[in-house]
Amino acid sequence: MSTASVAQVETKWWTGGKSPFNVEYGKLMMWYFLMSDAFTFGAFLISYGTIRFSQNYWPDPNEVFNAFPFAGHANLPLAFVSLMTFILIVSSVTMVLAVHAGHHNDRKGVIKWMIWTIVGGAAFLGCQAWEWTHLITGDHAVLLNGKLEHIGTTVSRNPWGAAMPGMMHDGHPVSTTGPVAFGGYFFGITGFHGFHVFSGVIINIIMLIMTMNGTFDRRGHYLMIEKAGLYWHFVDLVWVFVFLCFYLI
Amino acid sequence: MSTEITQQAHAATIQTDVHGHHEGDHGHHHEESFISKYVFSQDHKMIAKQFLITGMIWGIIGGLFSVLFRLQLGYPDMSFPFLEDMFGKWAAGGRISNEFYYSLVTMHGTILVFFVLTAGLSGTFANFLIPLQVGARDMASPFLNMLSYWFFFLASCIMFASLFLQTGPASGGWTIYPPLSALGQASEGSKLGMDFWLISMAMFIVSSLLGGLNYITTILNMRTKGMSMTRMPLTIWAIFFTAVLGVLSFPVLLSGAILLLFDRNLGTSFYLSEIVVKGEILPNEGGSAILFQHLFWFLGHPEVYIILMPALGMVSEILSVNSRKPIFGYLAMVGSLFAIAILAFLVWAHHMFVTGLNPFLGAFFVLLTLLIAVPSAIKVFNWLTTIWRGNLRFTPAMLFAIGFVSLFISGGLTGIFLGNSTLDIHLHDTYFVVAHFHIVMGVASMFGMFAGVYHWYPKMYGRYMNNTLAYIHFWVSLAGAYLIFWPMHYFGLAGMPRRYTDWSNWQSFNMFTDANRVISTVAMVVFAVQLLFIFNFFYSIWKGRKVTTQNPWGANTLEWTAPIRPGHGNWPGEIPEVHRWAYDYGKDGREFVSQVEPVSDSESKH
Repeated sequence: MSTASVAQVETKWWTGGKSPFNVEYGKLMMWYFLMSDAFTFGAFLISYGTIRFSQNYWPDPNEVFNAFPFAGHANLPLAFVSLMTFILIVSSVTMVLAVHAGHHNDRKGVIKWMIWTIVGGAAFLGCQAWEWTHLITGDHAVLLNGKLEHIGTTVSRNPWGAAMPGMMHDGHPVSTTGPVAFGGYFFGITGFHGFHVFSGVIINIIMLIMTMNGTFDRRGHYLMIEKAGLYWHFVDLVWVFVFLCFYLI
Repeated sequence: MSTEITQQAHAATIQTDVHGHHEGDHGHHHEESFISKYVFSQDHKMIAKQFLITGMIWGIIGGLFSVLFRLQLGYPDMSFPFLEDMFGKWAAGGRISNEFYYSLVTMHGTILVFFVLTAGLSGTFANFLIPLQVGARDMASPFLNMLSYWFFFLASCIMFASLFLQTGPASGGWTIYPPLSALGQASEGSKLGMDFWLISMAMFIVSSLLGGLNYITTILNMRTKGMSMTRMPLTIWAIFFTAVLGVLSFPVLLSGAILLLFDRNLGTSFYLSEIVVKGEILPNEGGSAILFQHLFWFLGHPEVYIILMPALGMVSEILSVNSRKPIFGYLAMVGSLFAIAILAFLVWAHHMFVTGLNPFLGAFFVLLTLLIAVPSAIKVFNWLTTIWRGNLRFTPAMLFAIGFVSLFISGGLTGIFLGNSTLDIHLHDTYFVVAHFHIVMGVASMFGMFAGVYHWYPKMYGRYMNNTLAYIHFWVSLAGAYLIFWPMHYFGLAGMPRRYTDWSNWQSFNMFTDANRVISTVAMVVFAVQLLFIFNFFYSIWKGRKVTTQNPWGANTLEWTAPIRPGHGNWPGEIPEVHRWAYDYGKDGREFVSQVEPVSDSESKH
């Protein structure tokens, strides 16, 4: 190798002494962590798909998710989950604005938009809590071992089997119990996602406190906000897939 | 010691651009306390030693378990009263009970695969070698690196505690297939021990993730000036691919473990369907036990390369250094590591040929599995051509590296048998499989680890290990490995199944009674020799012959340009700049040319 070629090589990104992607190590780590986490969610969703398509019957999401708080028995398919999704996506937008404010070292802007992001995350978790409670406690008439019973949706049984029309005097259909896997995967995967949102809210609160204390101003950059932002957007992106797999398909 | 402290102070005052963004945590160094130096240390070298010593303790436990169950297998008709004294009801009448046997086998596998050959091997050498060989002051995040060890410690505590449960540790095999592992009423080991196993593994996965992210980031981001990717020693390439495999495959095991925990404790039916246990009809329906196998082996197969690849890298380095010759086919070595890393993700179902996998699908997995022979053969030929007509120095590390190549060939060849789905119908779950994976990934990786320990011990402790003990360790281990596992191939071909505590009622296998006895005896001798290694290791920390030169092996890599006992920060003064690859041995009549030496105009090209 001649010296001339060495001098040429030294202008390149990969020759050492600098980051080949021009990013700080923490951001690189966050990207690789998200890749790893994507495999965890991927494994869950692929398992869900495998089991779901091995069943003869699967509940219709329009029937299962048709309730809305304070709306009584009104049939509003997917209305509430659309609201949840909207809240989470808006919180992603406010996160973008927080990161943007961070780029300009605008402490007030970061604080404002981080608070809105935290509010969004907390609102999403609240919605999820309501949805879970409604599913678990919301009774439906089911023909179980030859007897009429009222059961909610849990990980071991659920009322979302095929309906038998005209079974009840008031005209409401009675159904058989649905596939056991439905509850397990629904609560398992949305729960695991909810745990990620919860962790994200905690991380965002820590970031907010650090911003208010002026930690990032002293450092001269708001890179930590950017890294928290990466995580937050990832959690949103995962929700898009969860939403697709459980509510739309 | 005083020189070490001044070096540290020196290192602390000088920051280079690669380390400059560390928010000034090197700015003020004060005298380190015992806690911050030896316990909650953030120095990659100390963390490496913590991983190594914890791994060695696990190695003794896991090895002892194999001696215990070999007692049963070699002498099924004999009673050993001391076993009852030690283990009580688990060995009533001096004979190992069935439950105890399965616990021993399960924990032997779990401990050796995860705690010794993953954490003990990757944890040790990735931590120790990455910053020293790429030229960095420490890992990208020393704090997360420390957490990585302490999560491993936590996982170790939980797994160790499970050994003392009233119902015993997990006993469904290290692969913990449901439904056996999912149903507490199915066996003693599927009770609390299984929950401990799963929680311990979850902690282990966190540890592996924190470590892996650090390894990848450090290698990509923190290389010193001039250390381009193609100038990195092969150890670093191997560790890099190992970390990538870990970061992408362990999360899938996490998913599988979480679902299994739910099936066990929350009444879900992910893996369970239509099961009757002891006359009781279980309500679970719709799950799939095969699903768990897919999730498990999506980690499980990359896992064997996570175990093997650091050894591949270290052996390449050690063979080249001690042959005084450049590594043959450097880029082919990197390429074959890359090929193995890719193929590692595409062959998992060859563990499932007979568990209900679609035979049509099996054909593709056969093809992809057999393809691994190509990069493996490239590596073997490159090692042989590296030592071919070399100026061999038979240091203990070199012997273990050569032993590794021998085992890798022997064990690799039987892999070609097993990779065929038709042959697998006969060979699956027999001793042929046991022999294959013990030689190619178990003993071979242990040899790689021993080679690494002997080779880098002078850098770790500033002293040498005792050579005579090391030679005894090597020759007995090598002969023992073949004496133990070679006959098992014949057992397997004859159809002798794994996982049985006793074959004495099985007429067709009585011809192997004597061979089994020999195997058990040799296993005990080999175990004793490993204790000799442990003794040598600890004795030499305090009493070993002192290293007096900076570069005792005459090696080119960067770690040998650091002081004999480097402080936190590794190099006093500037981090050296790299001007050439790591394998300029025997060039232009010079025995070795360090990576830090600038290329002169008169030098020949390579």
